[in-house]
Amino acid sequence: MTTKRRDFLAGAVSAAGAAMTPDLSHAHGHPHDHDHAHQVVPSDLTLRVKALESLLVEKGLVDRAALDALVDTYEHKIGPRNGARVVARAWADPAYKQRLLANADAAIAELGYGGQQGEHMLVVENTPQVHNMVVCTLCSCYPWPVLGLPPVWYKSAAYRSRSVIDPRGILREFGLELPEDTEVRVWDSTAELRYLVLPERPAGSEHLTEQQLAVLVTRDAMVGVAKVMLTTEGASA
Amino acid sequence: MNGIHDMGGMHGMGPVQHEKNEPVFHAPWESRVYTMHIALGAWRKWNIDAARHARELIPPAEYLRMTYYEKWFAGLLDLLVKRALVTSAEIESGTPAAGTVKATPPLTAAIREHLLSYINASRNVLVAPRFQAGQRVRARNINPIGHTRLPRYARGKTGTVERDHGVFVFPDTNAHFLGEKPQHVYSVRFSSRELWGEQAAPRDSVYLDMWDDYLEPA
Amino acid sequence: MNGIHDMGGMHGMGAIQHEKNEPVFHEQWEGRAFGLSFAMDSFDKWTLDAFRHQIELIPPAEYLRIRYYEKWIAAYIELMIKGGLVSRAEVESGIPAQGSPRMKPALPAAQVPAMIASGAPASRNVPASPHFQAGQRVRTRNINPVGHTRLPRYARGKTGTVERDHGVFVFPDTNAHFLGEKPQHVYSVRFTARELWGEQVAPRDSVYLDMWDDYLEPA
Repeated sequence: MTTKRRDFLAGAVSAAGAAMTPDLSHAHGHPHDHDHAHQVVPSDLTLRVKALESLLVEKGLVDRAALDALVDTYEHKIGPRNGARVVARAWADPAYKQRLLANADAAIAELGYGGQQGEHMLVVENTPQVHNMVVCTLCSCYPWPVLGLPPVWYKSAAYRSRSVIDPRGILREFGLELPEDTEVRVWDSTAELRYLVLPERPAGSEHLTEQQLAVLVTRDAMVGVAKVMLTTEGASA
Repeated sequence: MNGIHDMGGMHGMGPVQHEKNEPVFHAPWESRVYTMHIALGAWRKWNIDAARHARELIPPAEYLRMTYYEKWFAGLLDLLVKRALVTSAEIESGTPAAGTVKATPPLTAAIREHLLSYINASRNVLVAPRFQAGQRVRARNINPIGHTRLPRYARGKTGTVERDHGVFVFPDTNAHFLGEKPQHVYSVRFSSRELWGEQAAPRDSVYLDMWDDYLEPA
Repeated sequence: MNGIHDMGGMHGMGAIQHEKNEPVFHEQWEGRAFGLSFAMDSFDKWTLDAFRHQIELIPPAEYLRIRYYEKWIAAYIELMIKGGLVSRAEVESGIPAQGSPRMKPALPAAQVPAMIASGAPASRNVPASPHFQAGQRVRTRNINPVGHTRLPRYARGKTGTVERDHGVFVFPDTNAHFLGEKPQHVYSVRFTARELWGEQVAPRDSVYLDMWDDYLEPA
């Protein structure tokens, strides 16, 4: 068989038989524990974006240092640790929790968080009877000030399409099996309201300080695809 | 399934590309795919509903990228492997596995008539129709993960039975080899406004052929 | 528009790929693309709604194939060209047109923290009569606009309950097309899962959508 024919067949087989076609243009389709390998040769996208940035800088439209500042802010300063502190405060301080549920913007601002893509916040509380899950089926709306930028899975067609029709199936894939009599509420972020899930405080955490509690709270729990556990296994997820 | 194939009512798919004097097959490989599909169907390892569903399972990005016969090809490979006529390894290598006994094709040039009986979906069995011409019906809001011929744009919509076509094989079960479950199929007329809202032309309509199981009284 | 982006309820999109310890940006170009978008937004030539719609206009096969920030780049190129900030020839060549004037950045580095902190509220402090109130049963209208909307197809013609009036906000369906902000009330509306998906789903589950006044009618 010629190489071309084999490639064509192999491509067709993988397309037809696989539940998930490896997206050849997306090198990050599977879970990794290690850092992503950087390509030796700059990708087409690297070149295209570089060229665009240079054009805009040359035309005086863009200040390169502003781009550096934006990247730095969202890589290092704004992330799920913010939301974890909000959650931990709500667990530790019942009065704060009431304020958070009544007026999330103001309560979150008490901790110094707010702004872009978090101008209109709502906090939804998980209880033994109610489990909340957040999605944006139409694009990728997400509460940046408390969770940072959304992960790839949240923005994926898989999550966007299935979360509203099969939330329990999604939770199962995340390793969370809910009792049948738990009510699942999925919040589709169609407007500028941004949703943060207040997860249930794990049993046995009564002795922990607010800081220790914050370490336990994961991004996944604040989106509503996981519960908070006493171990710190998934603390950075 | 609510797959990408279920695209009735979608926007953004671009203008209709009308090719003048379009050939039946744009390249020889297309005709080979087409004829192989029919010839292999003669093994009776699958039915037309399963064949359609195999194409629906093509991942959405690929489905949209592929040309028509590419999709037939992808679906055919899936059927061949799932129904155990060929293995994945054989497809990738292009050669039969060692020790395979060569079979005899059931479809030769001499038995073309065989094709007609294979595709006939009507069934000469007695089944009570639940609906009749002139009746108002509503398409059920089903969202099966398997094969169905009730498009999303028509679910939950109310229309009028225009005709009872008779009894046919039911694709939703047949595609999954769960039985033919023959039942009445009706031509149901939906006004365009029922489907698309007040912006649609008031006198326009869409007719769909609906199996009995898809309908409930309105 | 009934675009490929409107994918709530679709099957066949594969398994969730959950990457542990995922970096914010997987490659450097993603961060640059992210930064560029804010820098160019600051010229106020378009709205967030227009940006979302521009992404929706990416041809469906491309939309599904390309990576997240590739969509941003594709959309921003179109927005910048439409907004008169660059020409297509400049984008393709990477070189400013001869004789084109040198501009000043609308977002200098020093203003980045303030821009992030203040955000861009979509609420509007204008009087607008709400047509609905908490506790009321409503039905979403069966609209199928070719332009931008935030009423997903899976929720059209469905009956739900208003849970909360969020107040008055810019209306994306007009704002995306530079036809005015048309501020109106937005409500949190609860739909039972069975109303949306039929009898096969869990009886106690629900989906909440934020719905503009114009999307609703009394049930």
